This record gives sequence, structure tokens and C-alpha cells, in this order.
Amino acid sequence: MTEIPEHLRKRAEEARAKAAASAPADDAPAESTDSGAASGEGASKIPAHLLERSKAAKAKAEGGAADAGDAAPAITTAAPPAAAGPAPTATGPGGHTQRLLTVVKSGSIQDVKSQPQDKVHVWPHLLVVEFLAALLITGFTLIFSIFVNAPLLQLADPNQTPNPSKAPWYFLGLQELLTMFHPMVAGVTIPGMGLFLLILAPYIDKNPSNKPEDRKFAISLMTIHLMFWAVLVMIGSFFRGPGFNFVFPWNDGLFFEL
Amino acid sequence: MATTNQPGKQPLSEKLQQQASQLSDNIQSSQAWNSIFRPGSIFRKGYTDSPRNRSYVIMNSVLYHLHPVKVKRHAVKVSYTLCLGGLSFFLFILLTVTGIFLMFFYRPTAAAAWSDIETLHTSITFGLLVRNMHRWAAHLMVLSVFLHMARVFYHGAYKAPREFNWVIGVILLTLTLLLSFTGYLLPWDQLALWAVTVGTNMMGYTPVFGNEVRFVLLGGVEIGSDTLLRWYVLHVLMLPFVIVIFMAIHFWRVRKDGGISGPL
Repeated sequence: MTEIPEHLRKRAEEARAKAAASAPADDAPAESTDSGAASGEGASKIPAHLLERSKAAKAKAEGGAADAGDAAPAITTAAPPAAAGPAPTATGPGGHTQRLLTVVKSGSIQDVKSQPQDKVHVWPHLLVVEFLAALLITGFTLIFSIFVNAPLLQLADPNQTPNPSKAPWYFLGLQELLTMFHPMVAGVTIPGMGLFLLILAPYIDKNPSNKPEDRKFAISLMTIHLMFWAVLVMIGSFFRGPGFNFVFPWNDGLFFEL
Repeated sequence: MATTNQPGKQPLSEKLQQQASQLSDNIQSSQAWNSIFRPGSIFRKGYTDSPRNRSYVIMNSVLYHLHPVKVKRHAVKVSYTLCLGGLSFFLFILLTVTGIFLMFFYRPTAAAAWSDIETLHTSITFGLLVRNMHRWAAHLMVLSVFLHMARVFYHGAYKAPREFNWVIGVILLTLTLLLSFTGYLLPWDQLALWAVTVGTNMMGYTPVFGNEVRFVLLGGVEIGSDTLLRWYVLHVLMLPFVIVIFMAIHFWRVRKDGGISGPL
């Protein structure tokens, strides 16, 4: 059995009580009329003109069936019982047992919050791409590792400083800044501010659009920021030689280990 | 023709086929099999391509923690994401696998570390190859995380409701750099020692607590055996633990914020 929502059940009960209150008044006169019409008139509130029309149609059909039965009894042996059978009780016009009360459009009772989106199954569409990407990167790393060895220099010796001494490549931008600023500014303030601004980016950028043409300023700023670090890392990696002095790699060779 | 025509006798191959199919039926209806594979799993009845089975593949596997059953159509375009986030995650897995292998042959002491790497190169099967893979994958991961950040910025994907996930992402970038940097010291060669010296000297300039920060990081006033142990524990245990937690939040928020951003 299905659960009937509380408000619908209450509404139905109210309607039933109302119908019960008005029924006795209707029933009393219906009793006195002839039995043939009572089932149609009393129980359902069918408009008078429709009832008349259906009665006429029924009578015509019965008459037609009777005529056909008289004219050719040999052919329509099955027809007379069907036509002669009593009309179903409590039916509407035309013998229908159901009526279309109303059509409720979906928008009127459903609260549609999100529009349907064009979606695809993760399997196979996404998983295949991911699998291929994983395979490619594994293959690349494997093949690269077969041909290029990771560096391993001599045993660490705190008493022998190599010239130049370089940080890992992603910190070479900072090391490059060290040549220009006080170590606290280069090593702490500037990267700290950079990281802080990066974290705050979504709260600073109030522009709701994600279209490139609407966010020229943000994109320019980020590009300058990224290029700033990329150029510093490049200079630190390839253009700094002994004593962290500026060199050209094509003249003096590379001073860079990964 | 005459040999196989007798009634009741089948060729051997047919008999074997029948037995094999019966065996697979028996296995697939056993309690053990059914306890392993969830109802509707493709391993219960075999896979035929239908929308229902496509959903089951995700719903009845552990991948459901990572992926929904369906995603927006543009989200599977390689030209949109360039796979960078996924590659970063995959490189992390690759680094974990190769890193565990390396841990079997490495002791984090100043006396043993360098010679352990040397031994790894010369006398351990695939030792050099796995170390190379670990090294290059680490550099690749720094690069891919960085590029992922750039990609997300240029798509404006950090905007509401994804602001917080961007913050998590910046934390993940920082953790990636720290993981790479702590790993840099472990070979205990001249490159490692002096790269880390340069890096930690910069941290020593932190205002007010500069010397204390440096002391805690190095486990002393200068880089030595204590530093090696400290950075080893950071590298193989603490930072991976922290980064996995942040990754879990990151991936969870991607789904909760309505999948990846876009289309533009």
C-alpha cells in the first residue's frame, strides 16, 4: 500500500465529510424517480444536457442493435447478448468508468531548481582518458629513467662548498631574489606575500564571470605573476655560474643539476 | 567425421569448454565470490555494454569514492583540464610506490645514506631505475601541480562556490614543494647538502623566530645526521600523511561543488 501524504489525506476527508452532509438532501428526491434513471442521476453530478445526450445515444445504439438483430439474425449471433446486457452501474456518459478531471503541468507543483545537464558516463568516457594519461606518464617516466640517471655527486662534505651552490630549481627564483634584496625580503616577505595573495585570490576577485574576455585584468595579473617566477627560475637555473655571477650557458656551460 | 559421429561422445575440446563454463558458473555463484563483488558488479554476470552496466562499474567499485556515475560532458575533454590534476595525483601514487621500494635499501644516517644510494645504483636489481623514476616523477609532479594551478586560475575555476577548494589547492602546492625539498636532502651528496643549506638559510631569515625556525628544521645549528633523520621522517611519513588528508578534502570538494568548473 502506498503512503498518502498527510495534507492530501486531510483534504480527502474534508471533501468526503462535505459530500456526506449534502447527500441526504439529494438522495430523497432521487428515490421517488424511476429506477432506470436513478443510477445515473443520483450518484454522479453529470450536467443535464450531457446526460440527455448520452441517454439519446444509448437508446439509439440499443435500437440500432435491435434492428440489426431483426434484419440479419444469422450473422450477428454474438451481438444480441452484448447489446442486451445491462449497462454497468455507476458509469459516466458513454459507459466510461473513468473521467479526466484535470491535467497538472509539471512546473506548477514541482519546484525545479536545476536544469538538466548534458552528462556522460564516467565509465568509459572519463576512466579511459584517465587510464591512458596514467599509462602515458608512466611510460614517459620509465623511458626517461632508463636513459637519464638521477644525479649523485660525491659524499656530502660540510667543509667543501661547491661553487656555485644552488637550491632546487623551484627555489631558484627565490635565490635569484637574494641577489637583489635583503635576505628577509627575498626569502620570507616576497614569497610569503605571493602565497598569501594566491590564497586570497578568490576572495579578492569579485568578478563572477569565468569568461576570458570578461577577466582581462585578472588574467594579465596572473600571467605577469607566473612569468615573474618563471623568468627568475630560468635565470637562476641557466644564467648563474660560479659565485652566482651572471653567465651565458652557451659560452660558459651549464651550472645546473636537477 | 566417422570418429566424432557416435552418439553420446563429444569431442574433447567441447567437453573441456563445457567443464570450464560450469566451473566459472560454480565460482561466480559461490559465497566467497559474491562476498567480494557487490550486487550488480560486472564481475558477477559479465559485462555487456549498457547504460545500466556503465553505472554499475562506478557504483559497485571503490572508484565511487572518487568519481560520480556521470559527469558533465565538457569535463571529460582533455583540452579543458589537460589531465593536470589527475596526473598530479597519479604521480603521487607512482612516487609512493617507487618510494616504498627505495625505503627498503636506505638508512637515514650521515654514515650510511650516501653509500646506500651507491649500493642501490650498483648492486640492487632495478635500484638505479627506480631511483631515477622517483627523482624524475618528483620533478614532474612539482611541474604538473604548478601547471594545474595555472590552468585552474585561467579558467576562473576558483570562483564561488569553489573558493575554499582553491585554498586547499594552494596548501597542496606548498606541501608538494616541501615533499620535494625534504626528499632533496636524502641522497646526502654535495648537491643535496648545499641545496638544502641554501634553502634553509633563507628560512633562517624569518622575522622574530628566524633562528628557532631554522633550529627546529635542522634539528641543530647546522645540517647533520639529525637533520637527515628529521627530514627523512618528514619526507616518508608526516608530509605524505598530511598531503593525503588535504587531497581527500580537495577531491571531495570537487564533487560537492558540482564537479569541475566550466564550460567557459
